[in-house]
Amino acid sequence: MIDPLNIGLVVLIVGLAVWIILARDAFSAVVAFIAYGLLLTLVWAQLQGIDVALTEAAIGGGLTGALLIGAASRLKRTENAVSAEQPGIALKWLAAGLSTAVTLVLAICVLALPDPAPSLADAVAANIGSTGVGNPITAVLLAFRAMDTLLEAVVLVFALIGVWSLTPDRFWAGRPGLKQSADPNGVLAYIARVLPPIGLVVGLYIFWVGADYPGGKFQGATILAAMWLLVIMAGLADAPAIDRGLLRFSLVLGPLAFIGIGVLGVAVAGDFLAYPVEYAKPLILVIEFALMPTLTLILGLLLLGAPQRAVES
Amino acid sequence: MMTVASVFGLCAAALIGLGLFGLITHPQPLRKILAFNVIGSGVFLLFGAIAYRGAGAGMAADPVPQALLITGIVVAFSATALAVAVLLRLHEETGSASLTAEAADKRSGGGQDA
Repeated sequence: MIDPLNIGLVVLIVGLAVWIILARDAFSAVVAFIAYGLLLTLVWAQLQGIDVALTEAAIGGGLTGALLIGAASRLKRTENAVSAEQPGIALKWLAAGLSTAVTLVLAICVLALPDPAPSLADAVAANIGSTGVGNPITAVLLAFRAMDTLLEAVVLVFALIGVWSLTPDRFWAGRPGLKQSADPNGVLAYIARVLPPIGLVVGLYIFWVGADYPGGKFQGATILAAMWLLVIMAGLADAPAIDRGLLRFSLVLGPLAFIGIGVLGVAVAGDFLAYPVEYAKPLILVIEFALMPTLTLILGLLLLGAPQRAVES
Repeated sequence: MMTVASVFGLCAAALIGLGLFGLITHPQPLRKILAFNVIGSGVFLLFGAIAYRGAGAGMAADPVPQALLITGIVVAFSATALAVAVLLRLHEETGSASLTAEAADKRSGGGQDA
């Protein structure tokens, strides 16, 4: 009944989670977190969520892992001092009791889920024809629940504004991250020359097939962002200064196009973000093409963080 | 009867508990961010197990929760990036990464140089 593979996956994942929480130094906790993200990708495949698996591998394990590794290495010197500030034993027991209670209540809920399970799959199947796309997840993201995706794009822009506003005054309008100086004849620079053309094709392919098969703009944008970051980290190109007009325009282009089409829907189809049936597919494509550069840039820039260099250095 | 959905649902419950414990007890902010991400992935996994139970109409799982999960993973990344940026700025200003009240007093007193 239960696949031994699934049991093995659960054991590994819970074990890695224990390691993430209890590991002595932050660096090994982050490394465990990346392995944990990759194992979760297998779980998503088991749960028939190939689109989610792609997103988890690209963003949950990949981008988040890279972000946290960078932070862990910069905070390494503070680690011992802060680790000494352990909470009292009473608080630890209280936390353990609370966590166990939360887990138990959730476990009871999991075992008591209603049968048959409520599902919107029938509603999606009945209406997917009117959107012109074949992948039900893309139909949900860009037609049935387009409002969520719009707000998500806005959240990304706000997060980047938040990160940039943490720039110290003296570095304002500078370039994010430190200047990279990899060996121009080294392996990193070599890979940064060879891999991006392949990554570009793979990223655009995943973006394009998202209409009908697993894939889509988030997964594609993450791959493109990774290629961009690779080129930056190998020192072959520098990150853009954050006061560049063109950059800022590209960052809001996606959400603005999305909002524009939403407002158009009020006039043409009678509601915000409603599409006229015969133009649904082209409008969805316009939104995706406008969001793609925005998502790629924001994902890359969020990873690079706030500027750490003055304008000309 | 244990199904695939309940196996991973129980796994999700364990992850949420573990993450909550780490979030409360760990003194390092970076480890709190990691623990928060463990809670987040547990919540996503729970939702994914529920989506798997909602298979129907020729689809292997309910696509609506799965689409919301993709949105959730991306939003979780942006929140993590913002939290890390705040933490790095704290470190840059104070030379420390402590969240305790004593460290905050020292900072407002100006007794600590960056």
